[in-house]
Amino acid sequence: MIKEQIKDGLWKQNAGLVQLLGLCPTLAVTVNITNGFALGVATIFVMMLSNISISPIRNYVPESARVPIFILVIAGLVTIVDLSINALSKPLYDALGIFIPLIVTNCIVLARVEAFASKNTTLPSLYDGFFMGLGLTFVLIILGAVREIVGNGTLFQNVHFLIGDKYEFLTIQLFDSSDGFLLAALPPGAFIALSALILFLNLVNQKR
Amino acid sequence: MAMIDSPAIKERSTVNMIMFTVILGLLPALFLQIGFFGYQILGNLFFGIGFALFLEAVCLKLRNYPIRPFILDGSAFVTAWLLIISVPANIPIWTLLIGIFFSIVVAKHAYGGIGSNPFNPAMIGYAVLLISFPKIMTNWPISDGFEIRNFIQFSQFFSISNINEAYDAIVSATPLDQIKTSLFLGKEVDVLPISFSTLSSYQMIAILYFLGGLFLVYKKVITWHLPLSLILSVYIFSGLLHLYDQNTYMSPTFHLLNGATFLAAFFIITDPVSSPTTLKGKIIFGILIGLITVIIRNYGGYPDGIAFAVIFMNICVPLIEKFTQPKVFGYE
Repeated sequence: MIKEQIKDGLWKQNAGLVQLLGLCPTLAVTVNITNGFALGVATIFVMMLSNISISPIRNYVPESARVPIFILVIAGLVTIVDLSINALSKPLYDALGIFIPLIVTNCIVLARVEAFASKNTTLPSLYDGFFMGLGLTFVLIILGAVREIVGNGTLFQNVHFLIGDKYEFLTIQLFDSSDGFLLAALPPGAFIALSALILFLNLVNQKR
Repeated sequence: MAMIDSPAIKERSTVNMIMFTVILGLLPALFLQIGFFGYQILGNLFFGIGFALFLEAVCLKLRNYPIRPFILDGSAFVTAWLLIISVPANIPIWTLLIGIFFSIVVAKHAYGGIGSNPFNPAMIGYAVLLISFPKIMTNWPISDGFEIRNFIQFSQFFSISNINEAYDAIVSATPLDQIKTSLFLGKEVDVLPISFSTLSSYQMIAILYFLGGLFLVYKKVITWHLPLSLILSVYIFSGLLHLYDQNTYMSPTFHLLNGATFLAAFFIITDPVSSPTTLKGKIIFGILIGLITVIIRNYGGYPDGIAFAVIFMNICVPLIEKFTQPKVFGYE
């Protein structure tokens, strides 16, 4: 059973590249790896928690009122994650801005709750939430890396927001940031990079 | 004897011929541009157009289209040409090639090739370069007047030793840019009244684009609707602003003669693929581009907004056409 979830989450049903769900944060925050990774991890937490809290109550939720109830649960969990990030790393919280609270409206969370957790038992739901989130996180990291390198000439920018000030040396300056291809750091660059990733995924699928 | 399909009168107006006439209309201004801004433009044209044709061939090959007829139609040639004359002459060649790549591969072939591209390819390339490399794109070489030696120096483009000298040339912002900056800083601008003796290099080039454009209208390659509506619209809207406050808003004549007003009016917005086909649509298209251009020039962050105005209005073309369909004869 778990194998299925790994395959679906990371490749076959990848949230960012195949289902194309949750694009708003995907495109908006991936200006560097740190942001992409942080938002990805936050999403993993929310998805795991929401899946395992919805799955046990799935038989008691009335069909007609399920969406408000699901959203209410997700919103509560997102608030927990939001406050935790604020407490753990204030600069990271400021960098991600509105997009942490916006995980509530992220279609991928509701989609997994609706499509998986409300039909399956708790343990598979936990796996599903984790691997779906992980698949999205990989996409966020790759997008962040590409946009950071091309647009700004850096790698692991702001990584010290995540793991402490003494790791600031991890930020690598590949070339002078004023020579960067600014488009990559701007919103259209996110769309172009995402479409390049989808192209790559489709190519690999076609070859098989 | 081979049978000929009707129409029996041979019409030589193929895509190929149209593109050739367009190039003819662009030539005089190019001559002036080289004289003012240097021989690099010739090198840019050589490498830029070469790269554009190469990319065109690669894309056609990948999409399983016949290469020869599509290369020879000259559309990639004109696209590259329009992009090259819009960018500063001293642009580093790799920057230019990125612009060409976005024009040909992304704006044209990714959308389905000639005839299917919703956006003007040259303007997409220009917009990509402008937002990606603002420093390079706003520094034009300073011109000390028309110099014949710029043509002779062409050979230097290929010699390695002169590359540094060429790129360290003295640069400045375009007049439109300079005035925008000083207005932004709250300075009073006094511009000489425009007369023949005070024409700047940019204004002379603009006038040649105007004349080249008239040649296209005369040759019936383009109709007068698009250019006239854009020019009038820029004139009227900037004129209204100028009447409102003469110290903050430049005169309408200044707006016509600076920036890409004439180039856009005759050569860019008349792109048959990305502009409306209905008559009313053309006029609406031109007027709105003029309005957006005046707004961006006076209130926006970039000195000249024509490229953005064209791209924005390109997306609106299907909508414009939907509402301006002429009535079919016989219908209520």
